[in-house]
Amino acid sequence: MTLDLDDLDRALLRDLARDGTLSAGELGRRHGVSQPSAWRRVRRLETAGVLKGQRVVVNRTALGFGVTVFLGIKLATKGRVSLEDFERAVTAIPEVQVVQHVLGLFDYRLRVVARDIADFERVLRRRIMTLPGVGQVEANVLLSEETRPGPLG
Amino acid sequence: MSIQIDDTDRRILRHLLADPALATPDLAERAGVTQATCWRRLEKLAEAGLLLAREAVVDWRALGYEVEVSLRFTLDKTEPRAFDDFIAAAREVPEVIGIETFLGRVDVRLNVIARDMAHYQQIYRERILTLPHISDIEALMLIATIKDSAGLPL
Repeated sequence: MTLDLDDLDRALLRDLARDGTLSAGELGRRHGVSQPSAWRRVRRLETAGVLKGQRVVVNRTALGFGVTVFLGIKLATKGRVSLEDFERAVTAIPEVQVVQHVLGLFDYRLRVVARDIADFERVLRRRIMTLPGVGQVEANVLLSEETRPGPLG
Repeated sequence: MSIQIDDTDRRILRHLLADPALATPDLAERAGVTQATCWRRLEKLAEAGLLLAREAVVDWRALGYEVEVSLRFTLDKTEPRAFDDFIAAAREVPEVIGIETFLGRVDVRLNVIARDMAHYQQIYRERILTLPHISDIEALMLIATIKDSAGLPL
């Protein structure tokens, strides 16, 4: 079921992961293949679901969102509050960018953006602590992040 | 020092962040501006360093990586080079797809992918436990991503 990748596929994925706007013509020039053949390769990766849309990277700080916090959340009342209720409520919070259901020390992992620490406190108190079933919460403030190319080398 | 942006810029950014795959004509329509205005505003935002990149998203699961684990590390802070050494070594592990540093109980988080649990165990033993200056590790295994958006409440 898994797509077999060759060196050209991996090179195209590496390039597109850095700049998703690259045209088939430019990709072809970089890797010594024709525009139509680069286009066919990219199309094949899209069809197989390997290329799954685009992500826009913005300068959050310059846009006024200077604080990003990861929260680990443990539900207090498992069984009584449904996971669906918690998930529906948490995904509706505009400051929450990412919600992951995890297994381990916590039940959920959230990525939260805020203008500053005071704004984060507001989101935490008014939005997060009031979620149905929320128990223990751990916060870690993001200092730096980098995306790696992964096993495409 | 923040760059001046107006409501039109914010509207364009909000729609773009909500749906990054939008072509400029569709984005313009949703933001209620002409294509020319939309294009000019996007150029301006890019030049001002607000719009940094548009990256393609790779679905590792579609490439056979079924397991994703968030590994949270506490480092030995008596070692002055703990962060630098640890991060440099983590960059050498191909299955590490993301590195984050924090202020809090956790110092560094690595996002690790593997083909299956046997493969994960092998990476964990051979590549992760051998990273320098680790004082503690906690693992969170990803079950499902419920929401993944770059959206900002602009």
